[in-house]
Amino acid sequence: MLDSYLPILTLIIIAVGFSFGAAILSRLVGEKKPSTVKLAPYECGMPPVGSARERFSIKFYIIAMLFIVFDIEVVFMYPWAVMFKSLGLFGFIEMGVFILILLVGYAYVWKKGALEWE
Amino acid sequence: MEILLFYSVALVAVLSGFLVIRCQSPVNSALGLVNTFFCLAIFYVMLHAPFMAAIQIMVYAGAIMVLILFVIMLLNLGIEARKRYTHGIVWSALASLMVLFGTIYFLKRGRVTGAEGDLTAFQIESIGHTELIGRSMFTEFLLPFEIASILLLVAIVGAVVLAKKEV
Repeated sequence: MLDSYLPILTLIIIAVGFSFGAAILSRLVGEKKPSTVKLAPYECGMPPVGSARERFSIKFYIIAMLFIVFDIEVVFMYPWAVMFKSLGLFGFIEMGVFILILLVGYAYVWKKGALEWE
Repeated sequence: MEILLFYSVALVAVLSGFLVIRCQSPVNSALGLVNTFFCLAIFYVMLHAPFMAAIQIMVYAGAIMVLILFVIMLLNLGIEARKRYTHGIVWSALASLMVLFGTIYFLKRGRVTGAEGDLTAFQIESIGHTELIGRSMFTEFLLPFEIASILLLVAIVGAVVLAKKEV
């Protein structure tokens, strides 16, 4: 059973090994001549303005929240899609009702202008 | 082999759970939480529930963590977060020890066994885990499924109402 997950395990090991290996290797081999400019945080080549730990706008939060809700909606579609043929029309109508209810929410979000970045 | 894998993943899960409560920066704690979620996903795979594992990574490690990180950034606890809170540590340690011993006692002495459904591991293998979930979700648990959509609708409206409030 678990044998079929061996490729995924191999992939994880290679990915983790590569990222840690690259970090450790550059630490061991790389030359270090620290200066004030080099140690400053890189902000697209601009001189840093204040701390990076600022309070974020609520606009990001609402996008994240809407992402989660519609993400969960998509998750419900996976088992439906797998069983689509055997569920037939009945399953299609069930899913239609589910999506219709969420479409009301989508219309509400759109109407309220929550998708706009003002 | 499988038991060895279980114990090593369990060790990582417990260690990253420990990091969640011990890290000074809330963002580091959140990263520890991601690690714990991944370990839980591996447990789901070992329990012959690959769909649950995928959901665990997609919804928890992906979406929920984004939300938690945004809340951390919104609040920006800063100096407050770097303080060490030590009050009540003795009592909470005692309480958790008692809960631990209670759990071990009931596991060793109690006659409670795991609840068993009518599906065997072999059936899950042959029919498919996702197919079984889909079948029961659209026949047996149809009403909860449709109610879930109303719950999501409430979540959408709630988020918009809270975030779009005039200050």
